[in-house]
Amino acid sequence: MYTQGLDALGDESLLLPEEELAELEARFQAKIDADEKIEPKDWMPAAYRLTLIRQISQHAHSEIVGMLPEGNWISRAPTLKRKCILIAKVQDEGGHGAYLYSAAETLGISREQMVEQLLSGQAKYSSIFNYPTPSWADIGTIGWLVDGAAIMNQIPLCRCSYGPYARAMVRICKEESFHQRQGFELMMQLCKGSSDQKRMAQEALNRWWWPSLMMFGPSDANSRHTEQSMRWKIKRFTNDELRQKFVDATVPQAEFLGLTLPDDALSWNEQTEHYDFGSIDWDEFQRVLAGQGPCNQERIAARISAHENGAWVREAAMVHAAKQAQRAARE
Amino acid sequence: MSRAEAKRSYPDLGQSERFRYVLRLADTSLILGQRLGEWVGHAPALEEDLGVANISLDLIGQARMLLSYAGEIEAAGRDEDRLAYLRDQNDFLNLALVEQPNGDFGCTIVRQVLIDAWQLELHTWLEASTDQRLREIAAKAVKETRYHLRYSSGWLIRLGDGTDESHARVQASLNDLWKFTNELFSADEIDVLAENAGVAPRLSELHSRWSVRIDEILSQATLTRPVDVSYGWFGKRGEHTEHLGHILSEMQFLQRAYPDVTW
Repeated sequence: MYTQGLDALGDESLLLPEEELAELEARFQAKIDADEKIEPKDWMPAAYRLTLIRQISQHAHSEIVGMLPEGNWISRAPTLKRKCILIAKVQDEGGHGAYLYSAAETLGISREQMVEQLLSGQAKYSSIFNYPTPSWADIGTIGWLVDGAAIMNQIPLCRCSYGPYARAMVRICKEESFHQRQGFELMMQLCKGSSDQKRMAQEALNRWWWPSLMMFGPSDANSRHTEQSMRWKIKRFTNDELRQKFVDATVPQAEFLGLTLPDDALSWNEQTEHYDFGSIDWDEFQRVLAGQGPCNQERIAARISAHENGAWVREAAMVHAAKQAQRAARE
Repeated sequence: MSRAEAKRSYPDLGQSERFRYVLRLADTSLILGQRLGEWVGHAPALEEDLGVANISLDLIGQARMLLSYAGEIEAAGRDEDRLAYLRDQNDFLNLALVEQPNGDFGCTIVRQVLIDAWQLELHTWLEASTDQRLREIAAKAVKETRYHLRYSSGWLIRLGDGTDESHARVQASLNDLWKFTNELFSADEIDVLAENAGVAPRLSELHSRWSVRIDEILSQATLTRPVDVSYGWFGKRGEHTEHLGHILSEMQFLQRAYPDVTW
């Protein structure tokens, strides 16, 4: 499809007379208010397009970078069944990345441009994937908590106003909820196992609990994009609402496993009928976002090295395709 | 009609020989699946991450069925995981070709074409083996293997008939790996007993069909078939290159470090 630079997107709107633009915007918002989907060929404000490109490409990059911490255990999975489950899960994540890149491409950006933005550090991905997976229990914990948090974030996106994104999310959510159950089941096995296995599970939970809560993004008071995104129905709940939902759902699961969440302030609040929890270390969140997390450099280095080491392969494929086309033309 | 149902009668294959024959097939799929798993997340393009993961999954799936069957033949209480995780390298009977390092993507593809073409002939033949379980496993595996070869040969043709660099890289990998193909077709006592019992194919017949297929692929890839060399260290007899020990030390780590627990 026709693609153009991000900075050029929506330029055509600038050429329109102000009244015409206002009318287009009003019609666009009315469509959203009526819960109709916006499709790639429909007119949309430049800022809506840019917001979606940013969000969908970040989501795609998160799936791709997310393959690395879990891929770290494919060679060491402790049973053949677990190995198959893990390979299939990491493969699903790659598949999610592929649908999401395609969904973003409908907005006028190419996959090559998005990959370039990831590798140059210009585009972000979920901060959670900058944490390491030193033990097998991290694989269970990622499934249980990280995929659990992702589902909380993503189920509302199945009703997102942008059609291609909403439709991609339906399939992704089904697979994510399967991953979440597999992760929980892995943890259950560890928690009913030996003292070493229980220790492994508890340590992994200690590592991942707070970073999982950070996955919902800054608190509502500090979230730049929330208000506009909610008006556009890209977002249906605020970061804090989703975070609270996640805590409420996860506390009983941890109790069931016999694990302790690493938060002394965690307690049931009779009045609000929600769990109160301690304050998040937003400095850590900002540090990890700014590239100072435990594995930021390794993650991007791994992506860059896959990209660079694969350059001759991609080039050969293009050259071969061109040769084939020439041969076909001669026949 | 399977060979078992045909009029001809076959001598029985002893329990220990059948066990070892099935283990050879199982370990070959397992170690290759393990090797391919190393690529996931690091392949040249997202589609290749998915393709390689898919083949790895199929191979480990085949290995699970074959290892379970081997465990039943042995009747010593070893299941697929005890066999995969608690044997040392001398008891692994995979072809030495599949334990060779991934190298660059082209090297992985060369290794894959050589073994896919072999497994395709093998699984096709095994669909009519006198061994019912092998027939059942082959019926599923042959469909997977057909796809594997389509994938790997498609890439070998692209890389061989791509740029000068890609051509030189895959030709060099082909030259390096070719010596390991000798083992694929050199029958030893177990192969002969399995063949006589109608359990396994005659390897020389497999060789001619494999050769035709490989020549076709190499010709499209504009690659030169290396000269056969006699290389006598055979993984299928438990004589491995140095690489297998490292694969196992990684693969078996958790089971060895925390014995007798359930995962």
